[in-house]
Formats: sequence, C-alpha cells, structure tokens
Amino acid sequence: MFRHAVRPLPDGDFHLDLTREERTAVADLAAGVRTLIEADDDDVKRLFPDAYRDDAAASAEYRGLVHDDLVQGRLDAIDTVTATLEAERVDAEQLGAWCGALNDVRLVLGERLGVTDDLYERGIDPADPRAPQLALYGWLTWLQGEIVEALASRL
Amino acid sequence: MSSGTIEAPVRTREPEREDSREVDRPWVVIVWNDPVNLMTYVTYVFQKLFGYDREKAEKLMLQVHHEGKAAVSTGTREKAESDVSRLHAAGLWATMHQD
Repeated sequence: MFRHAVRPLPDGDFHLDLTREERTAVADLAAGVRTLIEADDDDVKRLFPDAYRDDAAASAEYRGLVHDDLVQGRLDAIDTVTATLEAERVDAEQLGAWCGALNDVRLVLGERLGVTDDLYERGIDPADPRAPQLALYGWLTWLQGEIVEALASRL
Repeated sequence: MSSGTIEAPVRTREPEREDSREVDRPWVVIVWNDPVNLMTYVTYVFQKLFGYDREKAEKLMLQVHHEGKAAVSTGTREKAESDVSRLHAAGLWATMHQD
C-alpha cells in the first residue's frame, strides 16, 4: 500500500518500481494524448491556454510564436516515456518527461471528467458512472506525486 | 545666470521621465488555480523554472490555491512571454498583463 513507485538512487538516477500493467496503462494513456494533440482536438485545449485574458489578438500572436514548440515539447516527452517504458532505471531528464507526460494525461482526463478541487475530500462514489475513470485518474495522481517527490528531493 | 535657467531643464525632463516609465511599466505573469495540478508539482515548477527557494515557491503555490491566483514573475514583455510559455509547457494555467 505504501510502496514507493519512484526512488532516488545514490548515483543521481531514479528507480522505477512499476508493474507491467501499470507501465502499459501509462503508455496507452500517453499515446491517447499524442493522438489528441496531433488532431488538435478540443480535449487538449487546456494544454495550450491563452496568454492574455482580454486580448484575443495578442493571444493569437503568442500562439503563433510558441504553439509548435509547445506541441513538440509534449510529443518529445511522450516519446521519452515510450522509449523508457520498460526501464527500471531512468535519469532526471527522463523522469522529468514522465512527470510532464503524466501531468498532460491528468489535465486532459481531469477536464473530461469535470474534476473539482474537492474530489479527494469527497472520495469517489461507486455509483458514479465516472467511477472507473476517476479511480484511474486517482492512480495517475498518486504516480505523478511519487515522481514529483523524487524530483523535488534533488532540487 | 538666474536661478530660472536651472529650473527650466528640470521641468522639461519631468514629462520625459513619465513617458519612459509608461513604456517601462513591468509585465506581470499570473498563475491561476486549477483543480488538476498537484500542490507539490506547482511548488516544484516554481522552484525549477524561476530558481525560487522552497519557502517562496510554497508561499506562491498556497496563494494560487487559496486566493485563486498569484503573480509569480515580472519583467519586460519578452521575459513575461517566455515565462508564460514555460509555465504552459509545464501545464500550468498562466496569463500575463502590463501592470
């Protein structure tokens, strides 16, 4: 129950203790986000916010400047996760990619499920049709929390 | 040779200073609260992107969490735009405006 999925190693790398099923779940979810990003789907709008609240023209100009780089950075992170999916040992840069890709999956899933701030206080109602997806979201949250804790320990 | 010749240039420089202050008004980067980003992750991003120590990063994170938003950096328009894009790359909801 209280196992650590991610453990900093003395040499600077990190140990990833995940089952095959868990790794497959991460890969499938990341691949799903990749498809949505490449299709410029409405579900990934949250990943590319406006930079100016009340200035659509300036936001469009900003988007023109940075959008391609933001897309590429996200796809690169997903590629790193895929390339290290079976790895028991990753370096800080690779773990950072896992962190970013998991966060993107959570942002997309959270938006779709209408996740609110009080999810963890209320818990998941088993009768809620979203219950399986919310449980998956909760698991991703745990895993990303493990990664953040490991990365932050090296700051 | 009178004191008036000394006062005059001072007066003419005043509006210029005001003008340059207008142009130099800093841009402010705001991070908004959202229900998905983890508190520990937001703190980590502030430390990593801006080099803030843990105390300052945590204070800003808590401000975002409790007040709905926090000003996390200031500077020229170019710097603010760069900060916003780095925050967007990290999945945080950030905007910028001129103060």
